[in-house]
Amino acid sequence: MLQIDMWKRILIVLTCAAGLWLAMPNAFYGPVEMHNDAVEMIERNVSDAELASKKLTRADLEAQRALWPDWLPSRLVNLGLDLRGGAHLLAEVKLEDVYASRIKATWPEVRDALRAITPVRRQQSPEDELRVRLNDPEKMTEALEIVRTLARPVQSLTGAINNDIEVSGSDGIITVTLSEAEKTATDERTMQQSLEIIRRRIDEVGTREPTIQRQGAERILIQVPGVGSASELKDIIGTTAQLTFNPVVSRGADPNANPGIGNEVVPSIDEPGAFYIIESAPVVTGEELVDAQPAFDQNGQPAVNFRFNTTGARKFGDYTAQNIGAPFAIVLDDEVISAPTIQSHIPGGSGIITGNFSVEESTNLAVLLRAGALPAELTFVEERTIGPELGQDSIDAGKVATVVAFVAVLFFMFASYGLFGIFANIALIINVGMIFGLLSLIGATLTLPGIAGIVLTVGMAVDANVLIFERIREELKTAKGPARAIELGYEKALSAILDANITTFITAVILFAMGSGPVRGFAITLGLGILTSVFTAIFVTRLMVVIWFERKRPKTIEV
Amino acid sequence: MRLRLVKQDTNFDFFKRWKMWLGISGLMMVIAFISFMIQGLNFGIDFRGGTTIRTDSNQPVVVAEYRDALAPLELGDVSISEVFDPTFEDDQFVAMIRIQAQEGEEAINSGTVEAIMSALRTVHPEIKESAVESVGPKVSGELIQTAVIAVVLAIGAVLIYIWLRFEWQFAAGAVLALVHDVILTIGIFSEFEIKFDLAIIAALLTIVGYSLNDTVVVFDRVRENLRKYKKRPLNEVLNISINETLSRTFMTSVTTLLALIALFVLGGDVIRGFVFAMIWGVIVGTYSSIFVASAVLLYFGVKRDWSKPDVNAGNQYANIDA
Repeated sequence: MLQIDMWKRILIVLTCAAGLWLAMPNAFYGPVEMHNDAVEMIERNVSDAELASKKLTRADLEAQRALWPDWLPSRLVNLGLDLRGGAHLLAEVKLEDVYASRIKATWPEVRDALRAITPVRRQQSPEDELRVRLNDPEKMTEALEIVRTLARPVQSLTGAINNDIEVSGSDGIITVTLSEAEKTATDERTMQQSLEIIRRRIDEVGTREPTIQRQGAERILIQVPGVGSASELKDIIGTTAQLTFNPVVSRGADPNANPGIGNEVVPSIDEPGAFYIIESAPVVTGEELVDAQPAFDQNGQPAVNFRFNTTGARKFGDYTAQNIGAPFAIVLDDEVISAPTIQSHIPGGSGIITGNFSVEESTNLAVLLRAGALPAELTFVEERTIGPELGQDSIDAGKVATVVAFVAVLFFMFASYGLFGIFANIALIINVGMIFGLLSLIGATLTLPGIAGIVLTVGMAVDANVLIFERIREELKTAKGPARAIELGYEKALSAILDANITTFITAVILFAMGSGPVRGFAITLGLGILTSVFTAIFVTRLMVVIWFERKRPKTIEV
Repeated sequence: MRLRLVKQDTNFDFFKRWKMWLGISGLMMVIAFISFMIQGLNFGIDFRGGTTIRTDSNQPVVVAEYRDALAPLELGDVSISEVFDPTFEDDQFVAMIRIQAQEGEEAINSGTVEAIMSALRTVHPEIKESAVESVGPKVSGELIQTAVIAVVLAIGAVLIYIWLRFEWQFAAGAVLALVHDVILTIGIFSEFEIKFDLAIIAALLTIVGYSLNDTVVVFDRVRENLRKYKKRPLNEVLNISINETLSRTFMTSVTTLLALIALFVLGGDVIRGFVFAMIWGVIVGTYSSIFVASAVLLYFGVKRDWSKPDVNAGNQYANIDA
């Protein structure tokens, strides 16, 4: 019969109220956003310097916080880049870079290990391979054994333990390559590091709500609202290859000098025309830095203090002990920042980088070192910049279109179904409110196609009600009395409503899974719209109809 | 007085010429396909790589001047078009410049964008770029692949769902109707050379969803009526079902179209292509659920012996005499 249990009624009303409650902050977007920013800054105890750079005072912060009461919900729907303006980059990480530097790093180890039995020479080889010629080919078996002991175990995803390098030998040449397991493990590490470093660099600049996500095996998606252009964003991320400390072979002025195998020529950053020949295999890399701070050297010149982790400290200590009086180069981005001479054994793993820095440069260098260099080069395969004005135009146009669509549909429903149309209209308003509430709750991002999804939902959401109302009309014709007709209308329309919406929901899910960016935003609003519209049609309008019916007990109804 | 789009108790004979309608639908699909083969789609950069720059200026766009300004840069294939929209200010003139993917580059480098903008500043000194989008050839190839997979997956999933809930003949009818809608939509995009980008794929899938919605509602009624009128021939049952749901079909199409038309006119030029695809899809989808899906059902015939154990027995609809 036309009855709904009291607890169900309460549950339905509460659900609607919760949806609308969560959606409410979006109606006051500007103030709530300021409030949230202020709360965030207060909670992390923002520094005075940062406040000053934003031209704010503590009093301003409190005033902004007061714009929206703390006890009200304050989650907002994120606006996508196409609405807010900003930059979008899809970067591909050159994973092979890391293989090359891994292999490079094995050369000194191999050389030192074999020194005991026979002198060796490095041979020309592809970058991801190390070839070593033994002076005494007779020692091959013994040498292979020794090199194989250098291998370290790697655990692959399947749990099997493999060696990190593969060693083979023929014709007096030993070839060392990375094993597949090590490559997979390295890839994983490289991606994690790249993500972390990009995240830290973007955070240093302090923009709002950046999205930094891994996509597939070798890509990273970076979206930052409010950045002027994609190239600005690229500058922030940098495409730095590596920070390394390398032994210096010689210094000269010829960029085309033949460096010899295992060495390379790199320019100096602040001495024009000067070039260093350095050993390609670094003593220590920037990955082993744990801290870097801007400082001043004994002459009062800006400099950078740094500290290595334990393995880095040991390597650095051993090297400085053995090479007192020899120069070594600090290389960033394939340029020599400085090439000091080692004055003494540096055991503690900390040191100072001096050069012709300004205070600002030393600060930047410290930030860069602290964040760490990217382990591999990035190439950008997709980039999009949306200007803030265009975003604002799109929001404005979207708002107007949504309102007009809404009004048209509301009017049309009223004209067609009278009182029942009003029920459907109230449900429709609740429906859109709930979509916004859910979007805020899950922290989803609203994009321009997402707005289209909402408008489409407005059009389609009435479908379930239309199905029911049409069915009630039909049932009325067979004159079973209004109560029975309403009941049958709801019952019989249910299977059509469910089948129709489940199939549409399937396409929304596929769209979400396969799509990216704006398309995904569309899938989210469409999917949520289906859920809320089914809910409002079969529960909310029904509740309204039932309550109305109980009060009026009409002998006849017109739908 | 209520507004009635469709008068009560219609009794149109939709199947008097059902073979002709199927023929017409088939012919339309062939035309759309030929258009697609000859003209091809006007792929946006999402699918073929390259860069688009949207420029904003307070002086009227003269395409030839822009072209002359860019000629010395030797960017290869450059297309320039003016964008019109009622939401623009009176002194707002927008152009879209599309250049092909540059040799040896994935995404465009900022130097090229700057070179283009400074060349354009010789025409209009205060011209600004309001959006720059660049997609490398590698990514665009993958995007096409994903898009095709998404559409095929969606149709496949739906085929299975309807097969489970109805009979295979229903699934065949619904899916043929979907293929019809997708092909006609692609056809109209190729015929009118409307930009086909990632958003249009979203629109295509929405059309799939919408058309299906419509088809399923009709089929649901067919299923119900097949049990109610056990002795009547299939074409009559189909006709009754379509007539009974006609009022709802029109109501839903009209409310959806109302919303979409508002978006088409007022929603700005950025999503106009997307909205156009959906408007077209709603019209085609409504047509196809009657003249393709049901006609295919008629062609294949349906198992009429419902005296076998009820497929719905024991599930959540068991108490519904549908």
